[in-house]
Formats: sequence, C-alpha cells, structure tokens
Amino acid sequence: MDDVSTIPNSGRYVTLVVFLVAGVLFALVPLALARLWAWKFAPPKPGAVKNSHYECGLESRGDAWRPFKSSYYLYAIVFLVFDVEVVFLLPFAVAFSGLPLGAVLAMMLFLLLLVEGLVWAWSKGVLRWT
Amino acid sequence: MDPGLRSELQRHGIFVTTLEQLYNWGRSNSLWPLGFGLACCAIEMIAASMARYDLARFGAEVFRPSPRQADLMIVAGTVTKKMAPQVVRLYNQMAEPKYVIAMGACAISGGPFKQGYNVLKGIDRYIPVDVHIPGCPPRPEALIHALMTLQQRIAEESLLSPKRPRHLRPDQPGEYPVPEFGPHDLVPPKNPEVWKPPILRRPA
Repeated sequence: MDDVSTIPNSGRYVTLVVFLVAGVLFALVPLALARLWAWKFAPPKPGAVKNSHYECGLESRGDAWRPFKSSYYLYAIVFLVFDVEVVFLLPFAVAFSGLPLGAVLAMMLFLLLLVEGLVWAWSKGVLRWT
Repeated sequence: MDPGLRSELQRHGIFVTTLEQLYNWGRSNSLWPLGFGLACCAIEMIAASMARYDLARFGAEVFRPSPRQADLMIVAGTVTKKMAPQVVRLYNQMAEPKYVIAMGACAISGGPFKQGYNVLKGIDRYIPVDVHIPGCPPRPEALIHALMTLQQRIAEESLLSPKRPRHLRPDQPGEYPVPEFGPHDLVPPKNPEVWKPPILRRPA
C-alpha cells in the first residue's frame, strides 16, 4: 500500500468512483434483466377492462371528484377554536408583559377570529349537551 | 435433458436445470390467490390457508385484496348470475399470467343449485379454468391437491415452443367479454370461445 500522501489528489478517489459505479450497476442490471425478461416472457396484454378502475369487480360509475356531506365539520370547528386557541394563548400569556403593541394587536385579531367561530358554534347549539 | 440422467446426476449432488425450469419453479411456488369467496367453499379455502392445513407450505398463502396483485383466482362457491359479470371482470383485471381454480360443485357446474333460475352452471362458461375441484364443499386437502396440480402444470409450461401457454401467445386474448345481467339470463349465456364441452354421441 502506498503512503496516502504520495498518491496524487485525483487518484485518491478512484476507488470511490469504482465503488459508486459498481453500486449503481448492482442496482440497475437486475432491474434491466427483469425488464428484458418481462418484455419477452410476460406480455402485459392490456385491455379496456383491465385498465379500468378497480372497484371490487363492479363497473365504476360517476366521478370521484364530487362534494360530499361531512357531518363532522362542527367538531372540527370546535376543536380548532379550543385547541388552537390554547396552543397560542399559552406562549402569549407567558410573554405578555414584554410584547410590543403590534404583537398584542395581532394576537387580539387572532383571538377575535376564533371567538367569532365560538360564537357561531354557540348560536348553532353545538355546545349544548342535552 | 434426459430425466434419467438428471436424477442420476442429482444422486451425486449435481443439480442441473434450465432457465425455463428455474423460472417456472419460482412462479409455481409463489402463486398469490385473490381473496375472493363466494359461498361455503370459501370457508374451506380459508381453512386451507390457516395453520392446520397451511397453504403457506406451497407459497400460496398471500391472499391479495386486489386483482392487480393476484395471479390465481379461486372461484370458491356458487356463482349466481348476478355475480358472474363481476367474477369475469375481476378475472380480466388480473395481471398476466393468471390461473383459475374452480372450487366445488357449484363453481364447476352449478352443483345442487344447477336447476336454479339464478345460478350460473359453471364459471368455465366465461373464463378458462385450469383446475376443477369437485365436492360440496371440497375439503382443504382437495384444494391443496388442486393447487399442487396447478403447480405441476405451471412447472411443465414451455416458454418458447408452439405449445406455450395462453398468456404467451399473441393471438390469445388477455381478457374475456363480460356478460350482461339481462332480464331473463346472462347475455350472452356463454362464451363459445371458452366453453367447449365434449359432445357425447351414443352408439346407434
């Protein structure tokens, strides 16, 4: 083995390059062989039914892109109001005394938006238990 | 290669094979069935895949929920006329090469419900069936036997000769016409390309 300092700079990485090329070939050659084999011995035979959507054997009908009613949106709104509010209120309360006026105003606006959601949910009767 | 010579070599610890045999060996031992039960035969099929009968010994325990990933369709049970289009469509959606085992009296002929107005008298009227299993319902051993029979057939498949299997022949279709559920019967009632029952003639 040569002393590392005597090898010219460009030669130092030859092993790395060889290793890289071998690694890439190791990954690609089996894939290429498989593709070659499939091309010869596994003809895909596509067709209209085969390429259609799979829906448990039934013919798919209609469009998947259509609006559907989600009955949980109220829960989502109430969750957002309380959970997100708490997440932001805690750091707000901790840093409250040192905040500039702009930050307080921004926070109040944010609170107002959430409270608006709360008022809306309240008037809808979501908060009533019985 | 002469099979006698091969077994002689095998006795001395030399295994000789061809690429074709190796390929078929791998294929026949990794048949992935479609998880697809139609009636009581499906219970036996499930039993066959469970620990007591253990279909995993034959590499066929991976029941796939999608026809895109399956290469063996076990038609397990009564095929009603309302279900038949779905069965054919599922078969069409499977990837090549694909095989079919018709399991039980109903799937091969209509079975005890043959006279019923709504029962298809054998799924081989619409799709090519490789192995038929009689029985009502067949025991898991019978399904295992059918699987082994199919494995044997796959192992004997030739890739290049003129007798190569259906999926390697460009003139053979990859999908078969899906019947319609008509007002009186399935339309058409059978696919004459697939269903060619032998005509028995009594000696005069």
